[in-house]
Amino acid sequence: MAVLSTPKSAVELASKGRPLKEHLFRVALLSSLAIALIFLGMLLIYVLEEGWPRLSPTLWENMPSIRRPETAGIQSGIFGTLWIIGLTALMALPTGILAAVYLEEYADRTRWYNKVIELNISNLAAVPSIVYGILGLGIIARWLQFGFTVMTGAITVSLLVLPIVIISAREAIRAVPPSIREGSLALGATQWQTIWRQVLPASIPGIATGSILALSRAIGEAAPFLMLGAATLVRFNPEGVWSSFTVLPLQIYNFISQSREEFHVLAAAAIVILLAILLLMNSVAIWLRNRYQKRW
Amino acid sequence: MKYAGRLAVLTIAGVLSLAACGGDGGGTGTNAEPGATAAATEGSAPAALSGEIKIDGSSTVAPLTQAASELFGEDQPTVKIAVGTSGTGGGFEKFCAGETDISDASRPIKDEEKAACTAKGINFSELTVATDALTVVVPKENTWASCLTVDQLKKMWEPAAEGKVMSWKDVDGKFPDEPLKLYGPGTDSGTFDYFTGEVNGEEGASRKDYSPSENDNDIVTGVVGAKGGLGYFGFTYFEENADKLTAVQIDSGSGCVAPSVEAAQNGTYTPLARPLFIYPSTAAVKRPEVASFLDYFVTNINTIAKDAKFIPLNAEQEAKLKSDLTALKAS
Repeated sequence: MAVLSTPKSAVELASKGRPLKEHLFRVALLSSLAIALIFLGMLLIYVLEEGWPRLSPTLWENMPSIRRPETAGIQSGIFGTLWIIGLTALMALPTGILAAVYLEEYADRTRWYNKVIELNISNLAAVPSIVYGILGLGIIARWLQFGFTVMTGAITVSLLVLPIVIISAREAIRAVPPSIREGSLALGATQWQTIWRQVLPASIPGIATGSILALSRAIGEAAPFLMLGAATLVRFNPEGVWSSFTVLPLQIYNFISQSREEFHVLAAAAIVILLAILLLMNSVAIWLRNRYQKRW
Repeated sequence: MKYAGRLAVLTIAGVLSLAACGGDGGGTGTNAEPGATAAATEGSAPAALSGEIKIDGSSTVAPLTQAASELFGEDQPTVKIAVGTSGTGGGFEKFCAGETDISDASRPIKDEEKAACTAKGINFSELTVATDALTVVVPKENTWASCLTVDQLKKMWEPAAEGKVMSWKDVDGKFPDEPLKLYGPGTDSGTFDYFTGEVNGEEGASRKDYSPSENDNDIVTGVVGAKGGLGYFGFTYFEENADKLTAVQIDSGSGCVAPSVEAAQNGTYTPLARPLFIYPSTAAVKRPEVASFLDYFVTNINTIAKDAKFIPLNAEQEAKLKSDLTALKAS
């Protein structure tokens, strides 16, 4: 702990030496942060203002309606999104974390196939989501005959977030100091015991944060669902993984393309709900990180 | 194993609570009341049906089928109807792959689409459910083009116009030298197919240097924002935006006719009045919930059309629709 406090005071000391450059740098950093925050704030204010009249319980109590936009809700979209995200978490997180454990703890990095895997994962993380939509449509919906169901959507989005989960989980595992592993092994634990009892628990905060951020990305996706042909107008909640579904971003897309002004207000209100779900997930990520964070 | 639980919690805890909510909500949303089949409308539904009906296709027709599904849902709350908007072409692609029960279309099925359906053993029937008057719009500032002939429209939109007809003066010497800014639907749209077929003489043949959008609101915004703007879309969209846009009268040889409900119904708004279709598959009609939905749809067709702000069928078309459905169910 004492070691940690030294660099901070060193920074303070250094800043006294060169006040002007140091100040300019600080201003540059702060304004970069401000740009992001200002735009987020503007977006929030805009959608709140626009969607305010519709931000009432009818929004999540009612089903969407083409006939009565003034009382239409987005319940089927909220539940569709929760189903997709829930299933995605069940499928992508264990797979992604286990893949990260393999790559960090077991894989021999000098082997060519491990190099290929690493390169591919980095590339996959940058593939546009619409491409995953095409993959889901061609392979999962048509070839595997899963149809346009919650299952197809969840598998497609799982594939979409998997590289992100793997990369963030690897970072978290790599951040665990080698001394922890060596200590555990020196005390006679097997590699598996070391990973399960020392490495994974220590990296949970990082893994959880990365995973939740990856899922947050999945929540906002509309492109793969458009490609998959998720229905835009659905007046029932999914009742299982083989049910038809819609998701919030698709509903928003559909509302915006309607001609009546009431739908645009509804779309803004739906955006507020989507942002609320996102902020909730992100705050859970922060809470988890703070709750379980360890320092060495 | 002290940490095993912790890890498990992280991976699934949130998930389970979310999924659990989903399960609970399913009941409240669709609200099953088997006995309560309120005979509010003529389409009598004797018993409570269940099942799922998958509809996809034209985004122009979607509001009509959606309105029908909402009204039908008041009678049959346990029948789940999902309406997608993949466009007429995209809808037929799914329909002929056997993935949907009913396809919405804003143009008749093409021969190659028919062949795809036949190859998969999908039989279907064509039902005309409403009329649309494709409306050509210009901004309010446009004072010169209150009436255009089909030839003038062709001059603007034909493939040969690409890069050449850039100003209103190029269309007709009487028009001012105002840059021509064209807006229209994208190539996946049945509206695009119909317009190009009627105006340019060949489906899908259009100049490519216009601003395409699948979202009709973009066309509205584009046309409103440019003095020399011109665009086209369904009549419903024009009605919603009549305060911002002027509908151009169309002269197909027998005088200028403005798009309206009457002109579309009595056939004087040529050539841009078009029928809108639904294509139910014969196999799906054998299912009681689909048959019952179609019965309801057809029996109350003009109530639904008015409710969804579509141009209703005239008496003759309505009679034909009813006999078509009877024939379909008998087959």
